[in-house]
Order: sequence, then C-alpha cells, then structure tokens
Amino acid sequence: MSILINSETRVIVQGITGSQGKLHTEKMLEYGTRIVGGVTPGKGGQEVLGVPVFDTVREAREKTGADASVVFVPPRFAADSVIEAVSAGMKLVVCITEGIPVLDMLKIRDIIRGTDTVLIGPNCPGLTSVDQCKIGIMPGYIHKKGHVGVISKSGTLTYESAAQLTALGIGQSTCVGIGGDPVKCFSFTDALRLFEQDEDTYGVLIVGEIGGDEEERAAEMISCGTFSKPVAAFISGATAPSGKRMGHAGAIISGNAGTAEGKKKALREAGATVAETPDQIGAAMKQALEKAGILDKCI
Amino acid sequence: MNIHEYQARELFERYGIPVGRGAAAMSAKEAVKAAEGLKAPYIIKAQIHSGGRGKAGGVKLASSIREVEEVASRMLGMTLVTRQTGPAGKKVSKILVAEAAAIREEYYFAVSVDRAAGQLVLIGSREGGVEIEEVSRTNPEKIVKVAFSLQEGLKDYHIRYALDSLGLEYSKALADILAAMVQLFIEKDCSLVEINPLALLEDGSYLAADAKINFDDNALYRHPDIEEMRDPAEENEFEMKAKQNGLSYVSIGGDIGCMVNGAGLAMATMDMIHYLGARPANFLDVGGTATAERVARAFEIILSDPQVRIIMVNIFGGIVRCDAIAQGIVEAVKTIELRTPVVVRFEGTNMDAAREIIAGSGLQIVSVNSLYEAAKYCVDYVRGGVSA
Repeated sequence: MSILINSETRVIVQGITGSQGKLHTEKMLEYGTRIVGGVTPGKGGQEVLGVPVFDTVREAREKTGADASVVFVPPRFAADSVIEAVSAGMKLVVCITEGIPVLDMLKIRDIIRGTDTVLIGPNCPGLTSVDQCKIGIMPGYIHKKGHVGVISKSGTLTYESAAQLTALGIGQSTCVGIGGDPVKCFSFTDALRLFEQDEDTYGVLIVGEIGGDEEERAAEMISCGTFSKPVAAFISGATAPSGKRMGHAGAIISGNAGTAEGKKKALREAGATVAETPDQIGAAMKQALEKAGILDKCI
Repeated sequence: MNIHEYQARELFERYGIPVGRGAAAMSAKEAVKAAEGLKAPYIIKAQIHSGGRGKAGGVKLASSIREVEEVASRMLGMTLVTRQTGPAGKKVSKILVAEAAAIREEYYFAVSVDRAAGQLVLIGSREGGVEIEEVSRTNPEKIVKVAFSLQEGLKDYHIRYALDSLGLEYSKALADILAAMVQLFIEKDCSLVEINPLALLEDGSYLAADAKINFDDNALYRHPDIEEMRDPAEENEFEMKAKQNGLSYVSIGGDIGCMVNGAGLAMATMDMIHYLGARPANFLDVGGTATAERVARAFEIILSDPQVRIIMVNIFGGIVRCDAIAQGIVEAVKTIELRTPVVVRFEGTNMDAAREIIAGSGLQIVSVNSLYEAAKYCVDYVRGGVSA
C-alpha cells in the first residue's frame, strides 16, 4: 500500500520532448513507473524513448488510459498545461515547474475546486511510492521500502531526509514533495489525511520551512487527534532574515508570521519529535517511532 | 519586487485612487520647485524601501517653502535606520514632497493573497497609520479579513461586510478605492497593495496618505512597465549579480560562505552553522544541475563579499551525480582566484568518486564525510580553532 500512486498508476509526461521531460522520463522508466504516453502540442505521432507522443492530454488519456500526469513545461505555459490536465479528467497532476505566477495558481485553484483532481506542486520534486512508482525528479536509489511517509516542501532536503532514514534502516511508504510555492492545492494536512488512512504507513516525517502556516495546520491536526500516528519534523530557515525570500517563492517570513521557531514550537507542543539540526532528521524519526513502541515494525 | 511610494502613487492615480498632490525630488532645489506648485503645509517623506520611516526621522512636516528646503537638504543623503533596514540602514537619495492634508480619521486597507485558502484577501482595520503587525498582535479583533476567489472578484457585498465589521459607514468613494486596489492587484500581478493610512479628510473625502505595492517576481515577465520601476540602488549588489547569473542568493552578513544545491538544503545548511555557533555569510542555491559554469559564478559571488573567510559547499547528488559536480567544482576553482579555504561535503550518487576527484585535484579544498563535520570544520576555522 501507499498513497496517491502505486504500481498500477499509468502516467503521461507533459513536455516529454523537452530536455528535462525526456531526462526524467528515462529515469522514471528505469524506476519501473508505467509511463504510457507523452504530450507536446504539435509533436503528436512521434515517439520518445519508445513512449508515444500526443498533441493533447485528452487524446493521450483516451488512447492510453492514463490516470496521472506530470508537468515539465516552462513557467509561462505551465498553468495552461495543468488546466488542460484537470479538464481532461486526470486524477493526479504533478507539476514540477518552478516560477509559475501566483495569480496563475489562484486561477488553477478556482478551476480545480469542485473536481476530484489532486494537484501536487508546483515547484516540487514529485512523489515516490517506494519500489512501485516514481513521478517527478527524485533520485530513486535513496529510498528503501517501508512504513514511514515523508512530506516535504523541499527537493534536496527530501533526498537528505530519505537517505538518513534509509541509512538507519527505516524504510518509506510514499515520499511526497509538496513544493515550495506559496499557493498550492496539496498541503501537509492533505497528505496527513491520506497517510492516516494508509494501513502501510506507521509514522510520518514532516520536512517544512519558513513561510505560511501549513506546518502549524499540520500541528493542529496532530494535537486534535485527526492524525494519530507518530510524527517527526524538521523546519529549515531558523537563520533566515524577515522579509527575504529564501529561494522558494513561499519561503518568506512576513513580520512575525511564518518563522521556523513558531512552527517548531507548534509541532513540538502537538507531540511531534522535532529535529534541531538537519543531520538529525532521521534520528528524530527513529526516536518518534521508538517512543510509540513501533520502531521494530519499521526497520 | 518592491517600488517606492512615489511610484506606487503614480500607479494609484492611474487606477483612480486619490493620492493628493505631490512630486518626487532628488535635490533641495527640486524639492522647492515641487513645493511651489502645492498648498502649504507640506509633508516630506524619504523614499526608501522600508516601513517605519516616520519613527526613524524619514517623515517631516514643513509649513513654508523655506522649511521644505531645510528639511529636504537635511533628509537627502542621510542614512535611515528602521526596524526593516537592519543596522546598516538605507541612504536617502529621493524624497516625496506632498500637500499635508487635514486628516479626521486614519484606516488601514490592503489586498494580498491568502496562501492557505488560495484566494485573494481584503484586509482592513480602523487602526490606520500604525504597524499592522502590531495591531494584529495586540488587537486582532480590530482587523477584518475578507477572502474572495480570483474568479468571483471583489463584490459589493464583500466591501459592505468588511466595512460593517469595522463599524465604518459605506460610501461609494471608499468602495471605489477598494475595488480599484483589487483591479490594480490583479492587472499588475501584485503580491501586496497596501494603503496605510487611508485617510478620511475633514472635508469628508478619502486619500491614500501612503502607498505600498509589492509585485510577484514570477510574473514580472508580463509587466515590462513595472520592471522599469526597479531601483538598482535599493538592491543588494551581490544579490543583483547572482540574479543576473540565474542563481538564488541572499546576503546574511556572517563569515562562512555557503554554496548548496536546493533551497531547503541551503537554508538547513545555514541553520547548522548557526546551531554550532557561527554566522553564515549567505544563502545560495546553486541549482540542481550545478555545472562548472554555475559553480564558478557562485564562487565569485560568494567571494565578492569581503567578510567571507571560508566556504562550505554542501551537495546532495541525486539525478545529477556528485562526481559530475566535483568535476565542475575543480574546473571552476581553476578559473577563479580563491582567497579562502573551501570545505566540501558530498552525499548521494557517486559520492566516493567525487571525494577522490577533490582529493586528487591538488587544490586547496577539504572534503569531509558529513554535514555536521563540514559545518563544524568551518565554525572552528572562523573561531580560530583550526588552521586550513
């Protein structure tokens, strides 16, 4: 079991003929992901790495039976690609693209409201259900199959965290990079809701950062018991100055809101084990599982 | 991206938001000329990208043209230190000279994005002219927030609800101002449109007595007119240079330079250095690909900060292998003048090969095995504990 994707998931790649689209299609195929098609307007009929290319998402879905799509399209066109995937009825859309204007995301939010599409990202590394399916740009080898769910706003810090867990012998069920943009459709709390339902996930690691209040909302879910499994967390950006964007569009402290300290405090008070430094992320998860008495089931 | 108040006033005027009469000036002479077309008394405001100008002495009243000249010559060239500028402050090279209106009441209104709801939000308060963060801390009940979707837009009932909640009387003039703020926000891809204070004047009319607009950097490509308003004097020179090279860099002020792939890991690296008792000099995300060219530019930018005494490179190799990045680092270091030691930590794909490449390069680069070790080495070095 896993959340969002599994070995049955049939994936199309939007922007498959671009350099990033092609590179990561190859890596996803190597991982075992069922890439059934690609979409680049005007290039329908071609093949990339043995994968048929279509002009539109709708045609790709009709001909291949795909239920998930991953978007590797430049920021100026990415919003239209996402909207196309939503209106074609894809169940899952993963947007890797960084740099999409916020108003474009608000437009997407308005369109997606009332549909049953789940959008992950934008500005994210995608997600991996270990040994089943990988959608996006995460390196596959860092994972080990197991029972900890990972949710993160950052790419390389997700890899760092997964690698630390793997090194400690703690496997993962699904790792989801939710992305570093201020406006998105899938947040920590959405992931927690799914992980709560997933019988194969025994605990969750939250890797957050400064900006917004998604970590605080996750903390609320934990403290009120809506999420009941053990949680460990790390929040980056304790040294970030207020009012400065730290790489990610969403990583900004405004006034006194969105600080690392506030997020850590909220999570700690909710009962999560919070790592103080980035080299202790895996150790914090181990401690949380130990405290819950289920470490032996997770190794 | 931020712009100055006088530029925001120009945009407000274009959208029909009343701002009163005034003009920007870069010299006392220009200030006098600006004042000559206005009615006394005058208000003179330093044009720097920062809130809290009043408390720092950047906002003054003048009752005569002569006084305008005095205030202007004193204010131009001075360095203002506000709660937002940091201790170094910002030099004033432009001022705004405007008519000081007779104000009856001051309100706060802003349009922004509600990140969690994925909607726009109108924020209002009767406590205008003070820091809104302060109001939200001490009297959160005095602030009203009305979220609305981009699709629906700001409707009259949103405005009536907001004004009712604040105990303000509905007026068409006020509603028009709020609607114009939203129109400006949407048409120009803003991230904040703020009027603090929005003044109710003695004659019953309204006036934007201050004007603040921030823009979404990701959308600037579709607004060349806004990009033209950028004031290079307000930008950190290293940050500008980094941006031109497609790198994400923020100056922090310490002495340990950082080069990291990925924004989250870059922040976490700074946190690690701070935790061990030193200060990072910068945030720098060298990007996922980290080619020799990018690495060379990143080294140059880090080294152009004279405070940097050692550089910590932290790489997690995923799809892009560590050995490829190591090769890039070696090539980059050969093309630049390296005046500090460099400590490198590789983790991920082909990390052992990467360490061998560094070790065999004959360059002044130390390769260590863990994040902790790398940070510890740098912190000890700047504290004089080890010599590299």
